[in-house]
Amino acid sequence: MAVTETDIRKIADLARLSLGDEEVPAMTAQLNSILAHMDVLTRVDTASGTEAGSDAITSAIALARDVKSAGAPLRGDAVAPFPMNATAPMLAPDSEDGFILVPRLSTHEDV
Amino acid sequence: MTDWSQKYEMVVGLEVHVQLKTRSKMFCGCSADFGAPPNVNTCPVCLALPGALPVINAEAVRLALRAAIALDFTINLQSVFARKNYFYPDLPKGYQISQYDEPIAVRGTLRVRTPGETATHDIAITRLHMEEDAGKSVHDRYPRKTAIDLNRAGVPLIEIVSEPDIRSAAEAGAYLRTLKQILEYAGVSDVSMEEGSLRVDANVSARLHGATELGTKTEVKNVNSFSAVERSLQREFERQCAMLDRGEVVRQETMIWDASRGTVRPARSKEESHDYRYFPDPDLPPLILDPDYVARLRHTLPEMPRQLRQRFATEFGLNDAELDAVTAESSLAAYFEGVARAHGDANAAAKWMMGELAAALNETGTGIRDFPVRAPQLAELLDMVRDGKLSHTAAKGVFATMRSSGKSAPVVAAEMAVTQVGDDSQIEQWIEEVFAELPAETSRFRAGEKKLTGVLVGAVMKKSKGRADPKKVNALLSKVAG
Repeated sequence: MAVTETDIRKIADLARLSLGDEEVPAMTAQLNSILAHMDVLTRVDTASGTEAGSDAITSAIALARDVKSAGAPLRGDAVAPFPMNATAPMLAPDSEDGFILVPRLSTHEDV
Repeated sequence: MTDWSQKYEMVVGLEVHVQLKTRSKMFCGCSADFGAPPNVNTCPVCLALPGALPVINAEAVRLALRAAIALDFTINLQSVFARKNYFYPDLPKGYQISQYDEPIAVRGTLRVRTPGETATHDIAITRLHMEEDAGKSVHDRYPRKTAIDLNRAGVPLIEIVSEPDIRSAAEAGAYLRTLKQILEYAGVSDVSMEEGSLRVDANVSARLHGATELGTKTEVKNVNSFSAVERSLQREFERQCAMLDRGEVVRQETMIWDASRGTVRPARSKEESHDYRYFPDPDLPPLILDPDYVARLRHTLPEMPRQLRQRFATEFGLNDAELDAVTAESSLAAYFEGVARAHGDANAAAKWMMGELAAALNETGTGIRDFPVRAPQLAELLDMVRDGKLSHTAAKGVFATMRSSGKSAPVVAAEMAVTQVGDDSQIEQWIEEVFAELPAETSRFRAGEKKLTGVLVGAVMKKSKGRADPKKVNALLSKVAG
């Protein structure tokens, strides 16, 4: 698939971009090289389940592999505490005893 | 009080949220454990920090599928996670990842028997979908503040939505108890309303008997036990019936159950205009299941309560009450089967479990899994009772000591010196001593007053500190009296 200079002018118009005549050939070439890369990507075999790299992070990969045939990558059920885990309340303007405090919700004013 | 059920019919649909028993959260590696200090189990994903991406927990998918299979659902091999947008302080992302028009499972059924009725009723279940839990808001801890704990944010849930097929408060209770039992058997959740791993929202409406159109429903929230669900539904039904009878119109709104007053009151929230602006989560491609995996999973499910009941009825000849008791939980059923097989007398095993064991579990509040006396040890105790080595009364005492000491029945019985005495000469000696101590009763007994048998046997039992075999005492009494 490729675009012509006419397409470029049309797209620029739709996107409310003011594109000078001298810029049109360069834009056409750039957009066509992007589209050429898409053609490469469409040749990747995704139907047979090419995995995203994130599966490799867990030890319980077997299940994550078994459950799905394609689509969303899965992860094994492993606990991996995040190093910032004790500091979450410090991200909030107000906290106490580890809780994040917000103004009392109007639905619970009389508790 | 008016019995509205003569004129109006109750129509109920239930939404049940169940926390799945995973180690980590639905979309990140944070621990899903209950009871950690506030906000400790959080990370960029469940705190919604920029750039963090969710990745689906395969174990949560497996457990959701087990639940769906156990409830006879049709599995959708492709399902889609969507964003459900709403604002609340315990929802950091401003949306909940849930499933909307393509859930993981549709069209399940649950066969329910309401107590006191003989017929069963199949309740249709519309859908089962996966989603993440929100955090927890604590309103009563700090003045004028609401405290937020995000440990629960992102814990995997399934939501099970029934059709409006339920026709009474008691049937709603039966539906929930049966559902809980099946999910417990399938091993997908702790299903504890107390700990919040099972939560119920009930939609209820009233209509004249024979009407085909549904009435306007209200949603009852804040119910924290099955009996509270039943009571709140009854109260809300009565409120609606009284309104309809006065010619008033029921408003669609959320009602809050007040357990201490036993009443329902409107929630003062503007919830009537839900618009969650659902759309597919661009961070999550569709979940596409391997059909072979789903097929294999079907064969890994254990016996469900209905099959187990049937098997126990045929194999052990238990009656309905015994079956109810021993199949209430899968772990109880396994325990019972262990005792019954090792001991041989299933009825004695069931009786002991319904009596002494149930009382012990009640008293300590522990489940059978943590109970110190295991099935083979209880079988050994029941063996001693059957073989006449322990009286039933003495066995109760031995059982109590086995619970606290962890020792076996023969050891405890020997230590407590309660082993039943079946030795004739020892029993005859006790009888002679009793005759000497109670001359008046003895002479009347000798003269043929048989009603004194009980008094004399009782005295012998007391003298033996409960160890004499009462059958033998009875038999030997006349012989010694001669």
